Amino acid sequence: MKIGIIRFPGSNCEVDCLEAWRVAGQDPVMIWHQETSVKGFDLIVLPGGFSYGDYLRTGAIARFSPVMDDVVTFAKSGGLVWGICNGFQILTECGLLPGALLRNAGMHFVCSPQYLRVERNDLAFTNKYQEGQIIQIPVNHGEGNYTIDDEGLAGLKANNQIVFRYVTSEGEATEKGSPNGSRENIAGIVNEQGNVLGMMPHPERVVEELIGGVDGKDMFLSILEHWERRTQRGA
Amino acid sequence: MEPKVWREMGLTDEEYLKIKKLMGREPNFLEVGIFSVMWSEHCSYKTSKPVLKKFPTEGPQVLQGPGENAGIVDIGDNLAVVFKMESHNHPSAIEPYQGAATGVGGILRDVFTMGARPAAVLDALRFGPLEEGNNKYLLSGVVGGIGGYGNSIGIPTVGGDVYFHPCYSGNPLVNAMAVGFLEHRHIAKGIASGVGNPVMVVGARTGRDGIHGATFASVELSEESESKRSAVQVGDPFMEKLLMEACLELIQADALVGIQDMGAAGLTSSSSEMAGRGNSGIEMDLSLVPRRETGMTPYEIMLSESQERMLVVPKAGREKEVEEVLTRWGLEATVVGRVTDDGMLRLLEEGKVVAEIPVKALTDEAPVYHRPSQEPAYYQEAKNISLEGFALKDSVEKVFLALLGNPTIASKEWVYRQYDHQVGTNTAVVPGSDAGVLRVRGTKKGIAMTTDCNSRYVYLDPYIGGALAVVEAAQNIACTGARPLAITDCLNFGNPEKPEIFWQFEQACAGVAEACRVLGTPVTGGNVSLYNETPGLAVFPTPMIGMVGLLDDINQVLGNQIKTGGESIYLLGELEGELAGSEYLAMFENMEAGALPELDLTKIKERIDFLLALNKAGLLTAAHDISEGGLAVALAEMTVTCGAKVSVDAKDRLRALFGERLGRIILAASQESAARIEILAAQSGMPLHYLGISCGESLTVQVNGSICLDISLNQYRPVFERAIRNIMNSGQ
Repeated sequence: MKIGIIRFPGSNCEVDCLEAWRVAGQDPVMIWHQETSVKGFDLIVLPGGFSYGDYLRTGAIARFSPVMDDVVTFAKSGGLVWGICNGFQILTECGLLPGALLRNAGMHFVCSPQYLRVERNDLAFTNKYQEGQIIQIPVNHGEGNYTIDDEGLAGLKANNQIVFRYVTSEGEATEKGSPNGSRENIAGIVNEQGNVLGMMPHPERVVEELIGGVDGKDMFLSILEHWERRTQRGA
Repeated sequence: MEPKVWREMGLTDEEYLKIKKLMGREPNFLEVGIFSVMWSEHCSYKTSKPVLKKFPTEGPQVLQGPGENAGIVDIGDNLAVVFKMESHNHPSAIEPYQGAATGVGGILRDVFTMGARPAAVLDALRFGPLEEGNNKYLLSGVVGGIGGYGNSIGIPTVGGDVYFHPCYSGNPLVNAMAVGFLEHRHIAKGIASGVGNPVMVVGARTGRDGIHGATFASVELSEESESKRSAVQVGDPFMEKLLMEACLELIQADALVGIQDMGAAGLTSSSSEMAGRGNSGIEMDLSLVPRRETGMTPYEIMLSESQERMLVVPKAGREKEVEEVLTRWGLEATVVGRVTDDGMLRLLEEGKVVAEIPVKALTDEAPVYHRPSQEPAYYQEAKNISLEGFALKDSVEKVFLALLGNPTIASKEWVYRQYDHQVGTNTAVVPGSDAGVLRVRGTKKGIAMTTDCNSRYVYLDPYIGGALAVVEAAQNIACTGARPLAITDCLNFGNPEKPEIFWQFEQACAGVAEACRVLGTPVTGGNVSLYNETPGLAVFPTPMIGMVGLLDDINQVLGNQIKTGGESIYLLGELEGELAGSEYLAMFENMEAGALPELDLTKIKERIDFLLALNKAGLLTAAHDISEGGLAVALAEMTVTCGAKVSVDAKDRLRALFGERLGRIILAASQESAARIEILAAQSGMPLHYLGISCGESLTVQVNGSICLDISLNQYRPVFERAIRNIMNSGQ
């Protein structure tokens, strides 16, 4: 599988994503933000970090990086795009996903293990999980408070676009379960077509027992499985 | 020149006369300014040098000792660990967010200038009580600044420690440590050599911020300190991230002769120190230095402490390459001068010489003071106060909960939740354990790291307390299964011109030196922060110790929590602690007194070796050292996920449960390993006491046959975990 990880100035989880993909048996390449084409890739990853120092607004400058025009074209033609943390913020800024990420409700940066509920498992990104499964994936952000207007939220629900919700250890999507005050405890969403996913938690941080768990690994394996199935169909 | 000029810059009249003699003429304003920062305590160590000379600095593992930007120790396989700790106390007292942020920025630059990619940050923090004055504001700002910088640049903050004590009210301590990994062949140095080689300024532009920061760090804080806010620098982690990537790229391409961070005293110290190490000279035209403001004088350019700048000397003919790499990362690189062989620091402005000083006069000729030293009156007084006959002030349960809720002892979760401690995906032990542990990718190895210092011990007995700071660090490292390798230190003291303070300094350093010798952990560098005083009050002597250790097999890493029931729990060491200098005594008797237990470093070393041998043999499941709050608190910290039933065969309940004495460690092991551990202990004459077994959801402690504590996890855990958060969220 040909995986490209976009490297913006200020990205800092790009190597972690690369290493996580290596654990899953793949060998992605880094794409410098000044490139202008993502042709030939099967998946584009927008990694976490502080692109452009979070100046102006998280993700607001990165969306104007030269490479982003072609990432948008790639996504619109059905290519898989996966934005994690700052990557999610960039996806909302460039309009591939609705809504926006505000400052955490508690006003503090939060780095912590976090329970999530998998709301959908019929996606390229989540087919290895069970629907309703509770998994633990750490969050690490100062601006992860997802917000969207009523109409937008209705749209997300009608199209079944909510993929992960923050929950308590018992699996309840209550205020207690949320690290940042996100609307409806939303932790991750997809676009209507299901090929562009944005999420605040960091699955690349939980792919090995030694460093804190393996609950994130199935995301990588899901994407691989989806790609293998599609390739076989194509062949 | 009017005496007022040099006095305001912090030079004494004698120092000025010495400068005149070294120069053979009257120095001009710029030259005096340069001398004043290079001869400040911060840059010259003029007061501390004679004492620091006594530190052991050599060992087979040491690749780079004191004198460079950071120390380096070998970890085998042609790999090495680079590490250093530095204080940013005064800036943080005035402007906590930026003060702490730039402290992190500065220490990271010290590590990546050595050629290493920084892998982790630790922070040792000391504040006044949160209920008093502006201490909440300071803690909040400092933690925000550390997180703001470290998180953004993408280096995990994996450990550190936080203590609260009235002596730090108004003069907090903010000591940041950075650790990096590198291959031996990539070691870079801060050296300028090769006549004619270009000298380049790279990174951020130079502004008027932080002028005379090094001098500011070398005086006591006073009412006027607020007005020196401009001596506090402002950090930009995004700029530093780009600078780090660019510098590492250049070092790996072997394009440089030397590289040095422009930290304290900016261009002045970096140029003179690089020339000093290279036995060369440097000539620079200051009008070529990229500036962010117009109308800056040569004086301002030389003394600016604008952040995220480096001075580099490329190999001949490779300045274009330096420029290319910096440009790709969106930064500037400008040739501002060249290396000479005349031993002079020569500064020009548009071709005209504006300063000319022999480099060695700035570095080697800095004055050295042998300050008078005198044992303070409190020392014998406090030591002679008898604590015999003291009995428990309250029920065991009340004392236990009060200690767990004491911010110095309580969980520091409120602090470390604000730090990214996982970026890089190498963190095997996250904050909250005895030490942070990182795996070394591509090997089976792990590196453990910690910071420690109980300054109350140091205050009561500077020699023993200094040694105990090293002991505690070593125990914390060993409790993860790692072998202690070496230390860096941050020596935070009051005004050394006071003989009693200088005595504390001498004694504490002697204690640190002795412990390092016995434990085999040489000093590879560090920093000295003197003048930590607010009107009328000096901080407790606080020789902060940053230590690193090596785990041969990361899969043998140990945590400090017991995870499952049915495990055997042992105490390695004495059954009873002492009340002298204990947290109990301070909290319940309002006393900081007593004679600390006699120090036997050899015995402690044997216990650490025994612990490591047990772990190497795969016999342990957890280990935790007993420190503040004594055995009861250590047990509580170990049993937050699974309870335990333990029994201590000691006469004195108070001293058994809450007494303190370093050199004591709690071990946990599966029942299958227990018999083997007991045999090994008996064979090697180790004082190993069986305490009990992990089980259930409560902690039950029996002393001398009677149950004195029986409390459920659900009752003590929230007290421990939420204490700091509750205070920070309360409206006081």
